[in-house]
Amino acid sequence: MYLYDPIDREFLIDRSNEFRHQVARRLAGELTEDQFKPLRLMNGLYLQLHAYMLRIAIPYGSLNARQARRLAWIARTYDKGYGHFTTRQNIQFNWIKLKDAPDILDALAEVDLHAIQTSGNCIRNVTADPYAGATAEEIDDPRVWSEVLRQWSTLHPEFSFLPRKFKIAITGALTDRAAVKVHDIGLILRKGRDGAIGFEVIVGGGQGRTPYVGPTIRSYLPAEHLLSYVEAILRVYNRHGRRDNIYKARIKILVAALGAEEFARQVEEEWGKIDHARANLPASELARVRAAFAQTRFEALPAVSDAFETARAASPALQRFVRNNVKPHKQPGYAIVEVSLKAIGQTPGDATAEQLEVVADLAERYSLDDLRVTHAQNLVLPHVRLDDLPAVHAALEAAGLATANIDLASDIIACPGLDYCALANARAIPIAQDIARKFADPDRAEKVGELKIKISGCINACGHHHVAHIGILGVDKKGEEFYQLSLGGSGAEDASIGRILGPGLSADKVAPAIDALVDRYLDIRAGDERFLDTYRRVGLEPFKEAVYAQAD
Amino acid sequence: MPKLIKLAGDTAQWAEDIFVHVGDDDALPEGDVILSLARFQAEGEILLSNSRRVGVRIEPDQEVEALAYDLPRLSVVALAFPKYRDGRAYTSARLLRERLGFTGEVRAVGDVLQEQAGFMVRCGFDAFEPNDGATPEVWTKAAHRYRHVYQRAADDRPVAFEERAV
Repeated sequence: MYLYDPIDREFLIDRSNEFRHQVARRLAGELTEDQFKPLRLMNGLYLQLHAYMLRIAIPYGSLNARQARRLAWIARTYDKGYGHFTTRQNIQFNWIKLKDAPDILDALAEVDLHAIQTSGNCIRNVTADPYAGATAEEIDDPRVWSEVLRQWSTLHPEFSFLPRKFKIAITGALTDRAAVKVHDIGLILRKGRDGAIGFEVIVGGGQGRTPYVGPTIRSYLPAEHLLSYVEAILRVYNRHGRRDNIYKARIKILVAALGAEEFARQVEEEWGKIDHARANLPASELARVRAAFAQTRFEALPAVSDAFETARAASPALQRFVRNNVKPHKQPGYAIVEVSLKAIGQTPGDATAEQLEVVADLAERYSLDDLRVTHAQNLVLPHVRLDDLPAVHAALEAAGLATANIDLASDIIACPGLDYCALANARAIPIAQDIARKFADPDRAEKVGELKIKISGCINACGHHHVAHIGILGVDKKGEEFYQLSLGGSGAEDASIGRILGPGLSADKVAPAIDALVDRYLDIRAGDERFLDTYRRVGLEPFKEAVYAQAD
Repeated sequence: MPKLIKLAGDTAQWAEDIFVHVGDDDALPEGDVILSLARFQAEGEILLSNSRRVGVRIEPDQEVEALAYDLPRLSVVALAFPKYRDGRAYTSARLLRERLGFTGEVRAVGDVLQEQAGFMVRCGFDAFEPNDGATPEVWTKAAHRYRHVYQRAADDRPVAFEERAV
């Protein structure tokens, strides 16, 4: 992992002092709320329905045990004993007092954490594949490039007042676990013909009220040019992105208005004028960052673990857990373990202080002090020895964290919705809980297989409903919460935007409708195709009929 | 009329503003003036030839490249912040300094707050008309709140990776 040096640490202390000064100015009335708002937002502090919400950055979703324990301490000390992991691999606390916020930032800085640029019209926390450094599919470690971008984008003097927020995601694997095609910039590491490393550059994807799968504007950018090229993209956007209408201010609107080809031409033209030697990172610094991630000390282990095989043979629960939550590791004798934060009936993505501490202990003891957050709002222990899998599973089970449902129907992404959020039109959490209960029988859930259900409480689409196999959007219809279903979206490497199924449903009709969709899928699926594949083969009609015929 | 703060080295100081901001419909006063781009394009040639100092005010939707030819003769480029959330002038300032080689005064006008001081100085601004009552002492402190920076810009501060390499 990348460890902060004295420069990184002093930077966080300066940041914390600056924010303390700004909060004091606000509390003294020297700043109006209007003037204070962009400042607090650049420190991740939102004003929600009931309290301030503080969003803490987890750069590329990577934590060590000490950091996770500090998050648990904050949950207990300043919040109601839990935190909420977000689709951008961050954590947010929903019950924060303004006067406490500077102390929280100090406590975070002590463990090299911060809330810089987790909000506001700036370059947000860079996200990456949560299996980085662990999966065998990887062309290069995306954390290296995420850290390079983290530093470069931190308090960038030119790009801190963009037309709108700006999100970058990176994957080094062909299986896309970072939703790179629905980000402002998505980067896919590619190997060039000469064997060198580069990026496919995707710009202008996004969700919200106008969802787009982003077009590729450059199929191969030599990796060492990343910063100059991103600078060119940001400069074109900063100058020409719309500022007259908040709903048309994201880069996707600019890219769509110009057309990907013309946008790419403008970026290339700007890139040609940039002094690359000055804008790109020197090779020595890149090597320093790379070395930090190359230090994972794996043991030489046999590919098969007798201890694990014996335990697995004796435990159907462990078998199920392995089938759904354990993924292959690049290193023989190791596995990637997903920790579901989607226990049936739980709020998706929430973790209690106690659970955070359990996972921190497991990360420290069994996963080389490495813990990840996924964009699907789960956690990952990336480097678990097969020998230790039974012990890890038992510890997770004891903490209510062993739900074996990764990518199954009850592994639902949901935004906080009307239970917390000032923007929401409808609740998302109770809908997720209703649906999860329908798939509480793990045999049924496994029979259905991969099914990504995602719920947003409003058109801003924080719950990623556009890119769900089954998406659910909460809308307000004359004061009543209604839910619009869409099918066929994907945020993965086969990205697509879902299509609306039909008229909205009242809250109590949503879970039965999901049931009907799944039953229809089980009736008509061919071989072992996923729900998404069946939809893509047969289209909307059979599913429409399944949901709406019963209402006639 | 807001007071003018100018940078002398790392320190911000009060400065006498010898320039008059002239609106497009205003009568032209004696002395040194700052004009809109449109008025400069119409009348600049004459003004420059009668030994006045001339500055141009650039709005965020105007491109500083339009001044490329005239920059050596301009004393001031004033970059407007109609709202302080509008960040286009930061790009304009960097382009003036880094791409167009402008060495005259780059002045921030409009909604100019001490919270922007660090960003502005790094992008090449060296004169400021703060509208939040900030004094030079406040401005200096705000501009140097961070001991380290992570990226190259128009200033010559060593970047974190350069500090590390020492």
